Amino acid sequence: MSLLGAVEESFKKKITAFNVGDTVRVSVKVVEGDKERIQPFEGIVIGRHGGGTRETFMVRKVSFGIGVERIFPLQSPIIDKIEVLKKGSVRRAKLYYLRGKKGKAAKIKEKAREFDNGPLPA
Amino acid sequence: MICILGKKLGMTQIFTDDGKICPVTVVEAGPCCVIQVKTLKNDGYESVKIGFIETEEKKLNKPLYGVFKRAGVKPYRILKEFPMSGLKVGEFLTVEKFVKGDKVSIAGVSKGKGFQGVMKRHHFSGGPGSHGSMFNRAPGSIGASSFPSRVWKNQGMPGHMGSERITVKNLEIVDVKTNQNLLLIRGAVPGAKGTFLEIKKED
Repeated sequence: MSLLGAVEESFKKKITAFNVGDTVRVSVKVVEGDKERIQPFEGIVIGRHGGGTRETFMVRKVSFGIGVERIFPLQSPIIDKIEVLKKGSVRRAKLYYLRGKKGKAAKIKEKAREFDNGPLPA
Repeated sequence: MICILGKKLGMTQIFTDDGKICPVTVVEAGPCCVIQVKTLKNDGYESVKIGFIETEEKKLNKPLYGVFKRAGVKPYRILKEFPMSGLKVGEFLTVEKFVKGDKVSIAGVSKGKGFQGVMKRHHFSGGPGSHGSMFNRAPGSIGASSFPSRVWKNQGMPGHMGSERITVKNLEIVDVKTNQNLLLIRGAVPGAKGTFLEIKKED
């Protein structure tokens, strides 16, 4: 690895593995005055962008009939934790098509089961 | 004053303690070997010559190799002289001389831009882009008529831009990685990746 990549690596946090299509709950730290509290944001991950310390991910939810999308920097200290609630089965890297869908059409199939074949045979 | 030589590796971004994004340039700095110490008595002024990046004997000519042989140190590719004192020949300058929060000035050769017009080179405003205008990026008038009957000095003209020595002052050191000889500097520094830089810290 290049030295620059190693520098980025040293600043990375430990992050729960999640993929596009998963339903996640992101706990965001919010500062109000001098108090800090945690606000959850729950929705479907519709994309991940960039890499290294610059990686971001986009979460979409429908709140009172209105679509809300938030982009979070993955390495940001304002993210307290990310919980994966559901694993989604999708065939695309970016789920922008969800924006034009409503109700049942905007649903994502859940992954039937996890495949873990272990390490490849030599 | 502490001076060290370095190589620009590139830029990235990190998060600071207060949660803000900080753009940083990663610079591989030192270790720089002291090759010669000039004294008031011997040379008429005080300074220190340092070398950066080891090289091989066969890549140098004989007079240059003689400099290293006389000093009893390994040969180095880049040699620079700085007005420092209190150092001995053979001593090494490392990033340990710098701490987080230090303000440094960095000099290097900027990226070459080639032959450029006045809008890019001197920030002229240019003309309107549309509505039938035929005066788009041209410099326009370069002076008055009978007085002064010549073009004033420093009149901005098209020409070669970039590839010149630039010093950026007051850059902050965000982090020092002593085991990898790296400095993380807030903001941009002159030059492309691989450019050699002079990093200077005033006392």
